[in-house]
Amino acid sequence: MAEARSGRPVDRAAIVIGLSLLIVAAITVWDAHRLTMTSTYGMGPEAMPYIIAGGLAVLAVGHLVFAFRNSLPAREEADPRAVLWIALGLVALIAGIGFGAGFIPAMALLFAATARAFGRTAIVTDLVIGVVLAFVVYLMFTKLLTLSLPEGPLERLL
Amino acid sequence: MDTFSALGQGFLVALAPAKLLYALIGVFLGTAVGVLPGIGPALTVALLLPVTFKLDPTGSLIMFAGIYYGGMYGGSTTSILINTPGESASMITALEGNRMAKAGRGGPALATAAIGSFVAGTIATIGLAFFAPWLVDLAIQFGPADYFALMVLAFVTVSATFGDSPLRGLTSLFVGLLLGLIGIDRLTGQARLTFGVPELLDGIEVTTLAVGLFAVGEALYVASRRHHDPEEIEPVRGSLWMTKEDWSRSWKPWLRGTFLGFPIGALPAGGAEIPTFLSYTIERRLSKHPEEFGKGAIEGVAGPEAANNASAAGTLMPLLTLGLPTSATAAIMLAGFQQYGLNPGPLLFAERPDLVWGLIASLFVANIMLVILNLPLVGLWVRLLAIPQPWLYAGILVFAAMGTIAAKASVVELSMLAIFGALGFLMRRFDYPIAPMVVGLILGPMAETQLRRALSISLGDPIALVESPIAAGLLAMAALALLAPFFMAGLDRFKAAED
Repeated sequence: MAEARSGRPVDRAAIVIGLSLLIVAAITVWDAHRLTMTSTYGMGPEAMPYIIAGGLAVLAVGHLVFAFRNSLPAREEADPRAVLWIALGLVALIAGIGFGAGFIPAMALLFAATARAFGRTAIVTDLVIGVVLAFVVYLMFTKLLTLSLPEGPLERLL
Repeated sequence: MDTFSALGQGFLVALAPAKLLYALIGVFLGTAVGVLPGIGPALTVALLLPVTFKLDPTGSLIMFAGIYYGGMYGGSTTSILINTPGESASMITALEGNRMAKAGRGGPALATAAIGSFVAGTIATIGLAFFAPWLVDLAIQFGPADYFALMVLAFVTVSATFGDSPLRGLTSLFVGLLLGLIGIDRLTGQARLTFGVPELLDGIEVTTLAVGLFAVGEALYVASRRHHDPEEIEPVRGSLWMTKEDWSRSWKPWLRGTFLGFPIGALPAGGAEIPTFLSYTIERRLSKHPEEFGKGAIEGVAGPEAANNASAAGTLMPLLTLGLPTSATAAIMLAGFQQYGLNPGPLLFAERPDLVWGLIASLFVANIMLVILNLPLVGLWVRLLAIPQPWLYAGILVFAAMGTIAAKASVVELSMLAIFGALGFLMRRFDYPIAPMVVGLILGPMAETQLRRALSISLGDPIALVESPIAAGLLAMAALALLAPFFMAGLDRFKAAED
C-alpha cells in the first residue's frame, strides 16, 4: 500500500473520475426530480434514483479525498494507436449497419481493423478472412438458427 | 428419499440424447473459451444468450452450465502451460502449475488439475443436490424485506469485502445500479434516465453490457499493452500419467479444496478467488514438501483447482434456490433464465422440477464429459493457444458484435456496446472490478422491486425492513462486511506506521 505523503502530486485520474461521478449523480437527481407520478404510500419511482445518486456522490467525494492521499495503481504505458484502430473498427461497424451496408461488410471491416490494432499489416488478407468468417456466421445464424441479421446488397443475393 | 427420486427424474431428463448433445456442446465451448486467454465463461454465456433465444430452455440452460464448468477446467490448462490465467480463479494454479510445466512435469500438473476438478465437481454437485431442497424450504419463508436484505448483502460482498479496494468495487456496483434504473419503471410506467431515446425504454440489455465490458474492453486493453509481455507456450512434456507419489500427494488437497470451495461459493460472498487462495495457503502449510512450493509443488495445483471447481457448483446454489447470482457468470446465467420467463427460486423447484433437477443431473454428466475431453484431448486445446493474437481478438470482436446485432440490430445498441467497451477498457486500466457492475445491473431492479413491495405492504413504515429476524441479521452482516475492509485497511496502515 502506498503511504500518504505530503507534497506528492495529486492523482489526476482519480480527480476526473470523482468529478464525473458527481456529474452523473447530479443528472440522476435532475431526472428523478421530473417524475410526476409518485406513490401515495411506500416508495415511489423517484426514491431509488435518489439513493443511488447519494451513493455516487459519496463515492465521488471518496475519490477526491483518495486523489490527495493515495493514487490509483500504476498504469502501464498504453499504445494509443492500437486503441484508435479498434475504435475505428467499431465506428465502421456502426456506420455499416446504420447505412444499410449489411452484416458481412461491417463485420469484415471490424475484423480487419482489430487485427491491425494487434499489429497485423496485411489488411487485404485480413479483410478476406473477415468476409469469409462473417459469411459463415451469417449463413449459420440465418439458415440454421433462423435469426434475422441486418441485410445489405450482398446478403440479399444469398 | 425425496432428493433421490427427484435426482433420478433429473437424470432421465439429462440423459436424453438431445440434452446430452447440449451438454457436450456446452462443455466443449466452455473448455475452448476457458483455454483461450481473455475470454471467460461469463462472456461466452452472454454471447450465446441472444443466439439461444429460440432454442429449448432446458437444453440451453444445460449448455450454459456446461460452459461454466468447462471454463473452469479449461482455465487450468492455460495457466499451467502459458502462465496467463484464462480466468481470475486460475491465478493460483499458475503459480505452481507453470513451474511444474517448466520443469517438464506439465503432464502430471494437467492430470491432477483435471482429476481434482472432477472429484471436486462431483462431490460439490452432490452437495448442491442435497442442500438445495433444504435451502428452498428456508427460502419459502422469505418475504420481500428478507429478499431485499439478502440482495444488499450480495451487493456488499461482491463489490467491497473481497476486492482490492472497496472504493473501486462500490463505484463499479453503483454505476451498475444506475444502469439498472434506465428504462420504464415497472410499477408506475414512467421512463427514468432515458433522455427521450426510445431504444432506452426497455432498459440496458445485460448482454450488451457484459459483452461490451468483457469482450470489447478486454480487446482494447490487450491491444493497448501488447508490447508488454510476450507469452510463451510451454510444451506438454512428460507423461500425462500421475505417479503413485503424485496420487498420494494429490488426493487430500483435492478433498480439502472441495470443502473450502463449495461452502464459500455457496455463500452470498461468492466468487472462486477466495477459496482457491485459501486452499493454496493451507496446502503450503500442511505439505511435507514446503520447500517445493514456488518451484512446482503438485499440492499447489491439486488443492486450488479442486476449490475452484467446487465453488462453481456452490455458486449455483444461491442462484437456483434464491435467484441470487454471486458471480459474473451466475449473473449472466440468471439473465439466461429470465430470457425464457423463468425465475430461479423456490417456485421454480415446485413448478419446473424437470428443468431444475435435469440441470443438476446434467452437471454430473458434464463433469464426466469434461474429464474425458480434457485429458486425452489436451493436445487439441493447446493448439487453440497457437491462434495468432490479432485473429483471435478480431474473431472475439466479430462474435461480440454479432451477439449484440442478433439481440437488437440498431445503431443505438451498437453504440452502447462501443461505449461499454470504452468503459471496460478504462476500468481495466485503473483496476476497477467488472463483476459488481454486471451484478448491479441485474440485481438492482430486483432489489428495488422487493424494497418497494416491502414498503408498500407496511404502508411506508421503514421499520418493516428490519422487523423480520432474517432480514435484520442479513442487513447486520452486510453492514459488517461493508465496514470490515475499511477497518482492516486501518489496521494495515497502523502496522505500516509501526514498522
